[in-house]
Amino acid sequence: MEEIINVSGKMIPHVSPHLEIWGTVIALYLFFGGLAAGLIFFANFFYLKGKEDSMPMTVKVASMIAPIIIIIGLMLLVYDLHHWMYFWQLFLHVRMESPMSWGAWTLSIIMIPAILWPLHYLEDIIEYLQERNPKCKFTGLLIWANNLIKKLPVLPWVMKIFRNNRRVIAYLTIYLSIILGVYTGILLSAFNARPLWNSAILGPLFLTSGVSTAAALIMWLSNDPAERKMYSKIDLLLIAVELFFIIHLFMGMLSGGVAQVEAAQLFLGGPFTATFWVLIVGMGLVIPAILEILELSGYHIPIGIPAFLILLGGLIFRFVMVYGGQASSFNIL
Amino acid sequence: MKTTRRQFIKIAGMGTAGVAIAGSVFGSVQKAAEKSLSTSTSDSELTRTPTYCEVCFWKCAAWVYKDKEGNIKKLIGNEEDQHARGKLCPRGTGGLGMYYDENRLKKPLIRRTGADGNQFYEEVEWNEAIGFIAKKMKGIKKDYGKEHMALFVHGAPAKHFEYLFKAFGNENHSEPAYAQCAGPREAGFFATFGSGVGSPEPADMQNSKCIIFIGNHVGENMHNSFVQEVSTAIDNKADIIVVDPRLSTVAAKATHWLPIKPGTDIALLLAWMHVLIYDELYDKEYIDKYAYGFEELKAHVANYTPEWAAGITTIDPELIKKSAYTMAAAAPAAVIHPGRHTTWYGDDTQRERAMAMINALLGAYGRRGGMYMGVKQKLPKYPIEAEFPEPHWSWKDITKQKYKNAAVGLTNVLIEASLPSFPKEHQIKGWFIAGTSFINTIPDRKKMFEAMDNQDLIVVVDTMPMEMTGYADVVLPESTYLERHDYSRGGKNRIAQVAFRMPAVEPMYDSKPAWWIARELGHKLGLHAFYPWKNLEQVLDWQFKQVGSSLEEMKKIGVKTFDSNESIYLLPNEDFEFNTNTGKIELYSTDFAEKGYDPLPKFTRHESPDAGFYHLVYGRAPMHTFGRTQNNPYLSELMDTNNVWINPRTAKLWGIDNGDDIWLQNQDGVVSEFSAKARLTERIRPDSVYMVHGFGHTNKKLSRAVGKGINDIPLITRVKIDPIMGGTGMRNNFVTFLTEKPKKEEAES
Amino acid sequence: MRYAMAMDTRKCVGCSDCVVACQTENNVPLGFCRDWIVEAVKGTYPETVQMHFKSERCMHCENTPCVRTCPTGASHVIEGGIVKVTHNECIGCGACIEACPYDARYVHPEGYIDKCTFCDHRIAQGMNTACVDVCPTSCLIFGDLDDPKSPVSMALKENDWYVLAPEAGTKPQLYFLK
Repeated sequence: MEEIINVSGKMIPHVSPHLEIWGTVIALYLFFGGLAAGLIFFANFFYLKGKEDSMPMTVKVASMIAPIIIIIGLMLLVYDLHHWMYFWQLFLHVRMESPMSWGAWTLSIIMIPAILWPLHYLEDIIEYLQERNPKCKFTGLLIWANNLIKKLPVLPWVMKIFRNNRRVIAYLTIYLSIILGVYTGILLSAFNARPLWNSAILGPLFLTSGVSTAAALIMWLSNDPAERKMYSKIDLLLIAVELFFIIHLFMGMLSGGVAQVEAAQLFLGGPFTATFWVLIVGMGLVIPAILEILELSGYHIPIGIPAFLILLGGLIFRFVMVYGGQASSFNIL
Repeated sequence: MKTTRRQFIKIAGMGTAGVAIAGSVFGSVQKAAEKSLSTSTSDSELTRTPTYCEVCFWKCAAWVYKDKEGNIKKLIGNEEDQHARGKLCPRGTGGLGMYYDENRLKKPLIRRTGADGNQFYEEVEWNEAIGFIAKKMKGIKKDYGKEHMALFVHGAPAKHFEYLFKAFGNENHSEPAYAQCAGPREAGFFATFGSGVGSPEPADMQNSKCIIFIGNHVGENMHNSFVQEVSTAIDNKADIIVVDPRLSTVAAKATHWLPIKPGTDIALLLAWMHVLIYDELYDKEYIDKYAYGFEELKAHVANYTPEWAAGITTIDPELIKKSAYTMAAAAPAAVIHPGRHTTWYGDDTQRERAMAMINALLGAYGRRGGMYMGVKQKLPKYPIEAEFPEPHWSWKDITKQKYKNAAVGLTNVLIEASLPSFPKEHQIKGWFIAGTSFINTIPDRKKMFEAMDNQDLIVVVDTMPMEMTGYADVVLPESTYLERHDYSRGGKNRIAQVAFRMPAVEPMYDSKPAWWIARELGHKLGLHAFYPWKNLEQVLDWQFKQVGSSLEEMKKIGVKTFDSNESIYLLPNEDFEFNTNTGKIELYSTDFAEKGYDPLPKFTRHESPDAGFYHLVYGRAPMHTFGRTQNNPYLSELMDTNNVWINPRTAKLWGIDNGDDIWLQNQDGVVSEFSAKARLTERIRPDSVYMVHGFGHTNKKLSRAVGKGINDIPLITRVKIDPIMGGTGMRNNFVTFLTEKPKKEEAES
Repeated sequence: MRYAMAMDTRKCVGCSDCVVACQTENNVPLGFCRDWIVEAVKGTYPETVQMHFKSERCMHCENTPCVRTCPTGASHVIEGGIVKVTHNECIGCGACIEACPYDARYVHPEGYIDKCTFCDHRIAQGMNTACVDVCPTSCLIFGDLDDPKSPVSMALKENDWYVLAPEAGTKPQLYFLK
């Protein structure tokens, strides 16, 4: 019988014996980051494809959500910092080998197009909302914001530059949004001390998951059947890719060292098994895929169900990865 | 545990004076310790004063480092000191926790009975408390006689109160350290070599080529220079032989580990003697020159072969032989360490005799790498004009007829003399306790509680609200060693040294040093003539000046080394006279023969556990001292509870998993008050369980220690008394497991 | 100059003196520790059971995952390879804690991340670290690996040793003698 035990009572809060330094806030932040990245990606992509008017939800309205959730995410992050009063130090340093650093910078840079984009479309958004839902109180707030913005001195000039360089900015923003989506995964995969995270597939997996959640959200919000159908197909494709990445992830872990195999065991008989396979893969990927296929075959499924399941699945996925990763280690104690 | 006259009063909810430092546990200690800087300070910004540590009884000289605000920052061992050698053990390093512990006793307390009949403690001023004690002591003197009190002490307070009692006319003092701990080795080694062992033990381990430990778990029993010397021995590639039913820390480092069945050590020792003698491995020249009784010993061990011992001890006979050869090859630089806590089965003096005899056969006594003969520097007593009154009787009159070789008072005998059934002419009616807590120390509690009930006065002097304080009539808060002067330490060692203690900081709360308490009480008892000095500093200065030093010098150096003309080893061409009847090392003890005890050790079988019961083996942990440090914030961080070690094969039979909460019940039906977690480990035999002593505190005021772990003392109900020196053998108790919380009635036995 | 520490598992008795000495020397708040003791047991009673202790702390790795991941550069390496944290540059994001395979770091109650510093304030004055100086079995050895005569270089030359989690690729500088 083998024992490895702490003799000197090493009970550091949240570090030993169970690592829990990152929790709900980080999981939420990763979810929001992926979702925002997807929303921004779709907005810019379909704009470049000329679908500005035929897919108003994608290009115009949903893009408003992105900066809001990015700001919420950032606020949560700063609140979660243990030494939050020094958070500005993040912006005094650029450290290329630290995914956290260029993630922080990417997030800051992408805020600019993320805010300017819906600003540019603010009047279109107001019109869209008034058409669709005249009683919405939110519209009133947007109208007030629009009036305020018109009065600000610098902004019209900024918007003018924005308008004149739309295509270039759109290409750059797509690039930035992909970085944002992939960064949420690369951030975790850079920690070689956590065998569950230390896989190159994590970046693409998180990107795919983020874009998938964005597609689900846009599909849910849109009232254009053609738009919805397209997103159904996109989502099916993304779900297939995600499943492929997940299998790839496990294959990689199971053929790795002892620590990697043990990390994989967390999901193959360990504490996270049920949550992962039932909730994330089953409820969050397979069932929505089946529902979408049924929808595309002619059965009418309320669009909210698969969309909600994908979003919920994506959120739970982030939670499981954050907590599961911290449960995986090199077992040194 | 309710008694009729003496309710256990939890020292809880004291008045305003008691709540001197509010705030959380971490807050108060952290605040005080971090008042200076939150980053590390370099030593150049600190001042230091000398002291010697009192967390255990090794008494290492140390430097107390303080920052500019006068907060104690750290404790570092004195480089020059033989006991410390520049280091302190984890308890010494964490000693400042004793000072900053917010659960400390803060004010003197007197037991009162309220209008509703409930007893409670009232905070009083020192004057009133000491006056109360003096009145009661005078009352006992009048009603029964000044001899009818007992003093139970341990550590530095001992000297102050023994002096006071001697001035009062009472010599009934005792330390649990003798009859509950080291007494057998003193009696056993004294009978053999004419000299006791003392502390530190004079085993010359740093020069040894082979060290033998009998149940002696050094490393877990962490005494500073003891461990340092063993470490040096390991560096020198010395062989270590460990005899222990458990894979102790030192057993894991041993050349030979003999996993012995509990209670059979004497059989093994006799077999070793057989091999050493009959295979002619013993030191012939040494024995011829220095020893008496060899032929008797040779005849005695004729049939005690390794094969015979193997059947009893469950040790492979080849291993017994091999270990004997190993120690012989290293002789005379081979030594069986005398051990410390040796009160095991009631035949312990004889076991220690056997150990001493093997040391003699190896030619180790007085030889380099074996046992040295310690030297010390005596400090003269401060001159007083008065003469000590002669007590009409003392502990000797109630002890020495039965336990002829008891060298000092026995706690268990004095407790027995405190029972109402004891003959009135020698019955004890008052207890004065300083520096020891019976609840964690004295086995056979039923007798103890009955004795307590019969006392007119119980005074407890302590720094912490230990369980014992809940039974006292008067509780006196003593200052810790960091806040007071004490008599210097000057025991025997390789070189003669004197270690000085001075206060590093002012006493916290309303605590006072023991010398002050004794002096005040002495004055109230009319013993002014015995206290011509104003304070202890005055006495120490005088003492140092008598030996060529001074208070000023000792403040600067902390430890002073003195030259000694005596050699610590036997000189080769010298005739050495041992302090025995025959003047030689007595392999055959004429003293024991005279007194009717076995002159040569015999093996007696001890009880084995019934089915479903297991040997209760207890021991120490290096981060704690007995039951006194569990509340120290630094040390409770390291280990805040004990657990029960169970062999996985045994645990499987019971369906006990690692980490399960279990209670223990002993052979007399006593159940442990709290539970402890089971630790499944291969380090313990399937027929035994092991736990660390000192936990299971019940006093709620010990905020970090209360309710944690199992206290082994209540489970020790079967006590085997050593007929030679009266020690209480505690290791013949057996326990079984309870996997569910026992009903209240069972738990309150 | 490359500071490193060696720890002789054959001599350690698990007394945890190194833990307490570090706490008092470096004002480590109670409830946290910069170094700790681990006990490892294997085998069966009585023939093959073995046991040893390890005293562990920040490994001051040569290939530091924590410094690499720090977004502000608060975690940095100073002369001799010692890894330190600048308190007022640290934002407390916890990335370095996630990055450490040895769980050596903790969040100090004041908000910044803290850990063993190889007592650089003592090394600067030519002393050893607090844990090395206090160890009663002298099983902790410290020194400069670049100096072949330093205690740690000699210890590594004369004894078999291993490091923890070498597969993590961190090149830890705390060596365990066996």
